[in-house]
Amino acid sequence: MSILVDKNTKVLVQGLTGKTGTFHTEQALSYFGTKMVGGVHPKKGGETWTGHLEDGSSADLPVFATVAEGKEATGANASVVYVPPAGAAAAIIEAIDAEIPLIVCITEGVPVLDMVKVKARLEKSNSRLIGPNCPGVLTPEECKIGIMPGNIFKKGSVGIVSRSGTLTYEAVFQTTNAGLGQSTAVGIGGDPVKGTEFIDVLEMYLADPETESMIMIGEIGGTAEEDAAQFLIDEAKKGRKKPTAGFIAGLTAPPGRTMGHAGAVISGGKGGAEDKIAAMEAAGIAVSRSPARIGDALVNKLKG
Amino acid sequence: MNIHEYQAKALLKDYGLPVAKGVPIFEAGEARKAAEQLGGPLWVVKSQIHAGGRGKGKFKELGPDAKGGVRLAFSMDEVDANVAEMLGNTLVTKQTGPDGKQVNRLYLEDGADIDRELYLSILVDRSTGKVAFVASTEGGMDIETVAEETPEKILTLPIDPEAGVTEADAAKLCDGLKLGGAAREDGMTIFPTLYKAFVEKDMSLLEINPLIVMKDGHLRVLDAKVSFDNNAMFRHPDLAELRDLLEEDEKEIEASKYDLAYVALDGNIGCMVNGAGLAMSTMDIIKLYGAEPANFLDVGGGANAEKVTAAFKIITADPNVKGILVNIFGGIMRCDVIAEGVLRAVKEVGLSVPLVVRLEGTKVAEGKKMIDESDLDVISADDLDDAAQKIVKAVGGAAA
Repeated sequence: MSILVDKNTKVLVQGLTGKTGTFHTEQALSYFGTKMVGGVHPKKGGETWTGHLEDGSSADLPVFATVAEGKEATGANASVVYVPPAGAAAAIIEAIDAEIPLIVCITEGVPVLDMVKVKARLEKSNSRLIGPNCPGVLTPEECKIGIMPGNIFKKGSVGIVSRSGTLTYEAVFQTTNAGLGQSTAVGIGGDPVKGTEFIDVLEMYLADPETESMIMIGEIGGTAEEDAAQFLIDEAKKGRKKPTAGFIAGLTAPPGRTMGHAGAVISGGKGGAEDKIAAMEAAGIAVSRSPARIGDALVNKLKG
Repeated sequence: MNIHEYQAKALLKDYGLPVAKGVPIFEAGEARKAAEQLGGPLWVVKSQIHAGGRGKGKFKELGPDAKGGVRLAFSMDEVDANVAEMLGNTLVTKQTGPDGKQVNRLYLEDGADIDRELYLSILVDRSTGKVAFVASTEGGMDIETVAEETPEKILTLPIDPEAGVTEADAAKLCDGLKLGGAAREDGMTIFPTLYKAFVEKDMSLLEINPLIVMKDGHLRVLDAKVSFDNNAMFRHPDLAELRDLLEEDEKEIEASKYDLAYVALDGNIGCMVNGAGLAMSTMDIIKLYGAEPANFLDVGGGANAEKVTAAFKIITADPNVKGILVNIFGGIMRCDVIAEGVLRAVKEVGLSVPLVVRLEGTKVAEGKKMIDESDLDVISADDLDDAAQKIVKAVGGAAA
């Protein structure tokens, strides 16, 4: 098992025909044959997309005018959104309306008030949104949705969840080198308003028998890490507990400045790294001070 | 993007919201005419900088007994004298840092008879994913202090994005602010209108501190701080004109032209990284090994060689930079593209300081090969720890 995606996940690509959508769909198809089943473009319905795989072969995918049509024709149960910021929220809402169970939005730069609208729609639906402004979800050797580099993954036992894309890769790479591998890696994204929070993913990892340990990577801004730490404390009291390591980016970030991610800002004296580290350590998480030693922190934790 | 108080008030005035009459002043010679236009008998001269705490701030060039950045004037001569003293000088407030900010614009405003000062702001509450009002009867003070000392005096009211501000919402705000009579009537229309302005203009913060109840019983917006969501600027080309470049760091302006996320810092190791989280961690790890980062720089996911070249130029233009650390973990970003950009930039701008490059991820082999085969003096590193130690050592910092 794994969480969110596996070899049975069938993925529609919203924004397939663009340069980014094309590159990453080729990469996904090349990654253990992730089941990319079609693309969506309002003006290119009926066309065929041709991609070039890493092994030199090519692949054809049908392009549909709407998500609903694509779902009907392919049985897709997930979609990935590469649509540019101005249209990203509308693309997500289209996928919600088509009752796609899992929607992953990679797009960076979606206006926050668009996400407020999306969030309200999500709450009334059965869809789960990952992102936006995230690297996606990957279950090793089964399914790659998004932009994570597949070659650093190894099938294994660590469940990874992170607000940062590239720090997700660091954690993946380090756990691969440590021989542990990953059950699944989830990038929840760096925006202040997003579809999925740490707690949602941690809950799934706690419930997943294949996930034996967890890594949680946060950063400055908001209180999601503190909330997640409290969640782990509460669950541990119920006997649900897995060894966890963590990392928080932004110890040296100046207050009041937005550090790249729209959500990474210390404001009103809240959201600083020290508070988050303290909360996570209080929940028994081994928090590494070096981003290069997150894997080591977990290995040491596992040794007890 | 932040704007000045006078710009924020003009914007709110367009929505029919109650703000005092006022005139912006860019040169001392404009003061008298502006004062005459407003008529008096009481004027307020307000420094226009993108930082709070102006009233209690001090001008660097003036003596410690000189008045602060917001002053009352009871005659036109006093307006003139204050404008002459304030314009062009440097105001230091608790938000500007010790260097302060030069006051290049003033706002001359009609005075108001204040009965009560309240606090009201609208922001995006990330814990609920909704727009929320924050209201308090304790206006005119630092809201963070209120939150710390008397949190029970703060009302946070999330707004349903589909329903907007309902009558019940507006009434709750009126109750929270203890508004009665004319002020309550004002509030019932002002609160929904503020929300409308917030949403229509894609604001990320609208802070009115204070919102006042005047002696005549009516409400007035006495100060206004507005920030816009940078991600939504594409649908507000008109708002871009409100940007004041003098309020921003030159290197940050240059970086924004190339869509690079850059924040200038005080250290001596320049960083170029992909991904905000990794860029922050790169700063953190430099500090962990005993040196200080000169900047935060995220070249972003969709960077091309041109963007990397621009980033490199911005870093090397900083005279404090004594070494550069390039740290790339390629996902959407390909290492070969980064390598090409770095090589091109080094050829274009030259390299007078040590450069450590660490590449990992998509197309890493191609990228490393390009760097290795070049005749440039680049120190390559295997992982982030290694890279950080090498650059700290190269600039003569505390090597591990």
